[in-house]
Amino acid sequence: MDCLIEKKKNPALAVQIGSLTLSNPVLTASGTFGYAKEFESFVHLHRLGGVVVKGISLEPRAGNPPPRIVETSCGMLNAIGLENVGVERFIAEKIPYLSNLNVPVFVNILGDSVDDYRRLASRLAGVDGIAALEVNISCPNVKKGGSAFGSDPDVAAAVTRAVKQESDVPVVVKLSPNVTDVTVIAQAVESAGADGISLINTLIGMAIDLRTRRPKLANVIGGLSGPAIKPVALRMVHQVAKAVCVPVIGIGGIDSAEDALEFILAGATAVQVGTANFINPRASEEIVEGIAAYVDEQQLGSICELIGALKIPGEGG
Amino acid sequence: MSRIQEKVQLIRSERLTDDNCRLTLASQSIAEAAVPGQFVMIQTASGHDPLLRRPFSIHQTRNDATFQIVFKIIGRGTSLLAHCREGEELSVLGPLGQGYRLQPDVPAILVGGGMGIAPLLFLARRLMEQQVLQAPPQVLLGARNADELLSFLNEFQALGVRVLTATDDGSHGHSGLVTDELKKLNPLSESVIYCCGPKPMMAAVATICRERALACQVSVETAMACGMGACLGCTVPLQDGSYGHACSDGPVFDAERILWTV
Ligand SMILES: Cc1cc2nc3c(=O)[nH]c(=O)nc-3n(C[C@H](O)[C@H](O)[C@H](O)COP(=O)(O)OP(=O)(O)OC[C@H]3O[C@@H](n4cnc5c(N)ncnc54)[C@H](O)[C@@H]3O)c2cc1C
Ligand SMILES: Cc1cc2nc3c(=O)[nH]c(=O)nc-3n(C[C@H](O)[C@H](O)[C@H](O)COP(=O)(O)O)c2cc1C
Ligand code: FES
Repeated sequence: MDCLIEKKKNPALAVQIGSLTLSNPVLTASGTFGYAKEFESFVHLHRLGGVVVKGISLEPRAGNPPPRIVETSCGMLNAIGLENVGVERFIAEKIPYLSNLNVPVFVNILGDSVDDYRRLASRLAGVDGIAALEVNISCPNVKKGGSAFGSDPDVAAAVTRAVKQESDVPVVVKLSPNVTDVTVIAQAVESAGADGISLINTLIGMAIDLRTRRPKLANVIGGLSGPAIKPVALRMVHQVAKAVCVPVIGIGGIDSAEDALEFILAGATAVQVGTANFINPRASEEIVEGIAAYVDEQQLGSICELIGALKIPGEGG
Repeated sequence: MSRIQEKVQLIRSERLTDDNCRLTLASQSIAEAAVPGQFVMIQTASGHDPLLRRPFSIHQTRNDATFQIVFKIIGRGTSLLAHCREGEELSVLGPLGQGYRLQPDVPAILVGGGMGIAPLLFLARRLMEQQVLQAPPQVLLGARNADELLSFLNEFQALGVRVLTATDDGSHGHSGLVTDELKKLNPLSESVIYCCGPKPMMAAVATICRERALACQVSVETAMACGMGACLGCTVPLQDGSYGHACSDGPVFDAERILWTV
């Protein structure tokens, strides 16, 4: 029945990330949507702007011991430890399904060294069914004492350059918010050739059980996500969008079309829905529908009219 | 995979004890699809506090297109649920996970402790329905006191299963642990033990079963964010050094696969 009332894709929702056109600005965030199959009974996957899959490394990773997650006020901490099936199994087992979905697939990649990222990009080059790469630079750089790639502009640029050299699809670099000035990193990866920038990854946090006097996560610290981080994410997207020319993808606590539209006003060309998928597996598609309704209601020719259209009193406009 | 997210009506809310509640929820699709050992994720508030859904085992499904959950009030989510009014709608995701693998052709022993008793009623009913043996399943129930047992005892007995009880305070059945009863039973070697309860109890049952080479299935609890294999938060350490995921590989596992650390 569904296909009979299938709506034509609304051209007013289309956005551009590098050479890639997305039918709408709503993607799912890495690590919150599995490999998409988990959501097939809830979401018409082809109606999404894109799907970002769980971060992939060269070798499979088992991840951290439990407990890995804990709920906090209006958010959650996770220390999954980047559990994933590794690039070879990803290509063999996940790509065949993903490439048949008729939705742009962003492959999120992570490594321990610049060379890991290079080898991942090279292995994924030429694989059918990949629309773009998203480079997670929030991981610890093993060769540099474990500080995140994303916290040093030179290292972040080196990773970006290495991936760009090997990749045959647009490259989006995903920034960590756990830095003093995110615009410095953003400009560094833009100069190194990034086709787009996504932010924010999770904010590092901690929770303690007073009764046992122990940390609530086995890993002691974890990444905070969900509605609690939205104000921080909006601020960072706003700052980065002003500092770079490439498209920005906004992430952090989005669980409604209103949230997504706020990110677009702040300067985001597209958004990613993360933690909200856990609570409402239909969240991403409902946000597409909500944005479409808003564009209609406001009689916009294109969603692009809203990108960065934030009105700041006293700053003209 | 027939998992569903829907708004379901709360038909009935009962206080079984001071802090134990039973909810009857209307959902034909969940009632029809569910198997014993599966669970649902329920949104306990409409805003962001609590943010995540809460997991609950299916206590039983009923022919009138309803299903039930039983829970203990331990925090904000369960307390909000306990205060929901009959007629209100709740967002439910389910049925989720891998339930018990039913083996109706071998003797069955069901071992339940505390809140873990609730899902065993569903299992006992299905085993009785599929029964091919002379002897009905043997059910061993452990609880803190008689109060916690009495809400379920009649329902088990009405099925025609054999029930033995144990309470911490001796107010019903054996005074002590339900595992004492399991040891005394001396189960036949081809028996299957189906178990649900607090982790120390399940670990003890797993040890007894390993020593006597009995097959044992346990239902584990972990923290969960999504309940559907997407967050990878619900890790269960396994004997082979790998990790399982409680929501998608479980919650029911073969006890011998689990790395027990109590
Ligand atoms: C697959 C599965 C099935 C379940 N089935 C049932 C069921 O049938 N009946 C039932 O009563 N409960 C069941 N639970 C446990 C139930 O989900 C939790 O009790 C509930 O999420 C608590 O929510 P809350 O907001 O009230 O408490 P919270 O505010 O989240 O927690 C309150 C306190 O209790 C602790 N806590 C939280 N969860 C647990 C837990 N599982 N065990 C011990 N301490 C905990 C917290 O650390 C905190 O200190 C199940 C859990 C799983 C994973
Ligand atoms: C359980 C979980 C796992 C995640 N895994 C990854 C990952 O593998 N790679 C990555 O770049 N980001 C990962 N993230 C971060 C999200 O993609 C997103 O940036 C972050 O959660 C903020 O968005 P949200 O508030 O909408 O969830 C993960 C987040 C969560 C909650
Ligand atoms: S609870 Fe999310 S993967 Fe199991």
